[in-house]
Amino acid sequence: MIAQAGFELRLLLRNGEQLLLTLVIPVALLVGITLVPAVPLDAPAGAARVPEALGGVLAVAIIASAFTSLAISVGFDRRSGALVMLATTPLSRQAILGARALAALAMVALQVLLLALAALALGWQPTASALALPAWVILGTAAFAALGFALGGAVRAEATLAIANAVFLVLLAVGGTTFPASELPGPLATVVSVLPSSTLADLLRWSTGTVGGSATALVVDAALVLAWGIAGALIASRTFRWR
Amino acid sequence: MRNPGASLVRRRAGLRETAPVDAAALEGVRVSFPGGRDALAGLDLVVPQGRVTALLGPNGAGKSTTVAVLAGLLRPDAGKAQVLGGSPGRPEARRRLHVMVQDDGLPTGAHATEIVRHVARLRGAPETAAPIIELFGLASLGRTTIRRLSGGERRRVSLACALVGHPDFVILDEPTAGLDPRGRAIVWEAIAGLRASGRSVLLCTHLLDEAEALADDISIIAAGHLRASGPLASLVPGGADAVTFDGPLHLDVAGLVQALPEGARGEEVSPGRYRIEGGASPQMLATVASWCAQHGVQPRNLSVGGESLADVYWRLTEERGDHT
Repeated sequence: MIAQAGFELRLLLRNGEQLLLTLVIPVALLVGITLVPAVPLDAPAGAARVPEALGGVLAVAIIASAFTSLAISVGFDRRSGALVMLATTPLSRQAILGARALAALAMVALQVLLLALAALALGWQPTASALALPAWVILGTAAFAALGFALGGAVRAEATLAIANAVFLVLLAVGGTTFPASELPGPLATVVSVLPSSTLADLLRWSTGTVGGSATALVVDAALVLAWGIAGALIASRTFRWR
Repeated sequence: MRNPGASLVRRRAGLRETAPVDAAALEGVRVSFPGGRDALAGLDLVVPQGRVTALLGPNGAGKSTTVAVLAGLLRPDAGKAQVLGGSPGRPEARRRLHVMVQDDGLPTGAHATEIVRHVARLRGAPETAAPIIELFGLASLGRTTIRRLSGGERRRVSLACALVGHPDFVILDEPTAGLDPRGRAIVWEAIAGLRASGRSVLLCTHLLDEAEALADDISIIAAGHLRASGPLASLVPGGADAVTFDGPLHLDVAGLVQALPEGARGEEVSPGRYRIEGGASPQMLATVASWCAQHGVQPRNLSVGGESLADVYWRLTEERGDHT
């Protein structure tokens, strides 16, 4: 499974479009959100905006790798028969999907590293809460990977491509990622605040040093992310088709 | 007889008791797809060990579904499936059975030789990659990604992936589709090599000449049923016992027969088409040729054989309107 995950990661790193989606866009977002006051964050300008911006962009990065990129690659590998070919090797089904999730996690680790470096350059000063970052990153990656398998494993490749990208853009714009759901108008804020994008971003924002958020709120957020992940895994386990 | 395949299967089923481990066996396997169509409607099939079995059938006959069942990718709705003495898809079967799927099954972003090496590594036999890469002439494709390869090149990479490692049983689903004559020759050699080394092979193909050239046994399926099965000679009655040729209309067949050894019979089976039965041999072939030369006749398509596999195929797959 490790060998397969390494192979998947090599293919990911070679794919220019994927790198644009997973590395370039998040870093550009981080810089943009920090510098452009129009994005409604608590802090008005400068380095004070970095913790909040970083938390949101980390969520975007995780969604890009674990959900959008993973769903698209699963969709196209189903169509090309590459998943079926792998299923005829000694790799078990679980190992094939596990390797894919592991490759996504490795990609996310790379994104986190790059974003953290960019944030430090922008003046980010990590606090003790940053120690919880790996846990939220792994939780978020697992949950969005499960949702990615649910989409990519059931829908035609072209439709997966369209849906995965559309979902990404919507979550980027109003999913409680780049700015908190509480900034959205009334009912929309309520709906968005239970989405995995928003709850994950809240956890990450807390970790990157954004002030506020009670312990109860954190537990609820983490439970919601987990619930979305379990829902995705249940759907995938019932609807996943190998071709 | 409405279904000549049925009795052959029964005979084969009897045979199986004395030769317990076939490479694969299906008994009454049914696979239904949503919408109610049966892809396999109670299919019986035996793939004997150490032989090349060709699986022939028109499009939609159920060949690829059969492959999916044997590879453990599709669970039958009814019936029994056995691969290498156990259930399909179990770890031991995945290790010993290598499958080349019909649509190549290659990740489009991988390099041509990289994927072959990777699959060899997954099979725990990385050392087998280099000779196969060489055999299929893939070295020059090296760092070209799969999506930039031609259809034929992709086929070769896919076949290479199926052959790396140490298979006991190989299933090839249309391995020569889209290949040029040279590519086809390489694949044929590879299949002959598998047979020579005692591997069992199930070869799904549309190409009757491919089946005739490579297979020990032939199974013809149509509409999810087995229509005929057995060694080539048993499917093509009188296969090796007649000489046929085309020539001018109304030759003196009686005169020709007199020139032949005792027991030969001749007939103009259709205008200008002649068939000489009774112990086809190189000698008979030579006598027919020299008789033609003496009588100023140019024999065309002079060959040994009776009803061709193509004739049998058309008869078995057409009689129930499987072809449209």
